Amino acid sequence: MIDYSSLLSQKVINIKPSGIRRFFDIANEMDNVISLGVGEPDFRTPWAIRHAGIVSLEKGHTWYTANAGLAELRTEITKYLERRFHLSYHSKDEILVTVGGSEAIDILIRACVEPGDEVLIPEPSFVCYSPITTLTGGVPVPIETKAEDGFRLTAQALKEKITPRTKLLIFPFPNNPTGAVMRREHLEEIAKVLQDTNILVLSDEIYAELTYGSEPHVSIASIPGMQERTVVVNGFSKAYAMTGWRLGYAAGPAPIIKQMTKVHQFAIMCAPTTSQYAAVEAMRSCDEEIQKMKSEYDMRRHLIVDGLNRMGLTCFNPEGAFYVFPSIKITGLSSEDFCQKLLYAQRVAVVPGNAFGDSGEGHVRISYSYSIDHIMESLKRIEAFLKTL
Amino acid sequence: MDNLLNLLDKNCRMKDEQLAVLLGVSADEVAQAIAAYENKGVIRGYKAVIDWDKTDREYVIARIEIRVIPMRDHGFDEIARTIYSFDEVETCYLMSGGYDLAVTVAGKSFKDVALFVSQKLAPIDAVQSTSTHFVLKKYKERGILLADKEKDMREVSLL
Repeated sequence: MIDYSSLLSQKVINIKPSGIRRFFDIANEMDNVISLGVGEPDFRTPWAIRHAGIVSLEKGHTWYTANAGLAELRTEITKYLERRFHLSYHSKDEILVTVGGSEAIDILIRACVEPGDEVLIPEPSFVCYSPITTLTGGVPVPIETKAEDGFRLTAQALKEKITPRTKLLIFPFPNNPTGAVMRREHLEEIAKVLQDTNILVLSDEIYAELTYGSEPHVSIASIPGMQERTVVVNGFSKAYAMTGWRLGYAAGPAPIIKQMTKVHQFAIMCAPTTSQYAAVEAMRSCDEEIQKMKSEYDMRRHLIVDGLNRMGLTCFNPEGAFYVFPSIKITGLSSEDFCQKLLYAQRVAVVPGNAFGDSGEGHVRISYSYSIDHIMESLKRIEAFLKTL
Repeated sequence: MDNLLNLLDKNCRMKDEQLAVLLGVSADEVAQAIAAYENKGVIRGYKAVIDWDKTDREYVIARIEIRVIPMRDHGFDEIARTIYSFDEVETCYLMSGGYDLAVTVAGKSFKDVALFVSQKLAPIDAVQSTSTHFVLKKYKERGILLADKEKDMREVSLL
């Protein structure tokens, strides 16, 4: 008999499986469940983009592209970063097109982190940083962010966690799940802490376009002195509603992009060709589409924050992404209990906050990537649930 | 307040308070804006979108393409007024292209509509010709799907 457990890597076996999976498997089996669980846009990819993909297929553009991505697309990406965030990169050696932002995160960590290296991870945050770090032999070091700070990373909290072994700071803003945003003045504080260190920043800006209020998103790479120590990770999934196309990119210093490209080349070869052609069109002609979707999210954001606060689930006002992260303290329940009870009692599925790190306990993540009618119905059900407690 | 109109265009049953939250203004401001739109005639009315096929009502509709001959002192607007004044007429548009007026007519049966065309529309002096097309099935009406709702295909277990 073959012994799989001795074949498999202990590092992989030890990765905690996502508790969310089990939870949503239950939800999927039930009837009449309203979900507020997803982490992707409800909009379809704008037609111009889908059409560009179709045309590329009609023309038979079905070969590999260059490892780093279509030259045309890399040029459009540099123009976009300049236009939207005042970042200037060379398309030739500072841009790498990847399979979603996720791949960029994976290969940057793999290209940099060696056994024993510490990776600072503000939490609550997206779930992939820590397991990938662990696979490389690195040590994930969580930094708790707090509701009273607007779930921002503070200079003080960062300073406290820096050691001689710190190699990489994960910088996930706008943040999933909290909706926190780092404004220019906050970024300057962080930059001050980092400027005399040799720490690299992985700035995960996948939600950059979904920043609400009068001030647009500011990339930490645009703060003086930061571009040389920052790799910006972004992609098409959230801004252009292109999750299924699996396309993202990294923009950063040439010596780092060069090594990342090596890993990418051997693992992936190149990002999907059809998606790359579609993405060229996205960057050329869809700025307006982004604004349309953003203004729709913004209305839903007002609706859901107001609704939750009214029923006592105090909700810090999220300024980015499409999630709210209310406190469930008044219920006295743990995050998982709350979610399970809400699911069974009112058939509404939301994600327990501790899925995003221990500091997410006492909160739940609610996505507003749903229609206004869907959100209104869910709020009604959540309110009815609270009355039964 | 263009967003207010967009919201009402999608769902005019939302309460002022809800609209206010969505738009980030007060409920009073919403009420005032709506009143102003009504006074100016920007908002002309509020109607439900009903799928009559799911009710007992006998109901057929037809789209009729009408070519007319405008005459001195009797232009398109006058002809249109004569036509849209019939209760049977639900919509009436002046068109560019191969014909002049597009009219939607409702009746209890095909015969009903056919009689309307032959007895009321066709005899009008300015009407040169009509072409009647019956609606067999409605898939979408004013942005609202009447066909089966699409299922949310998104995978929730992915974060």
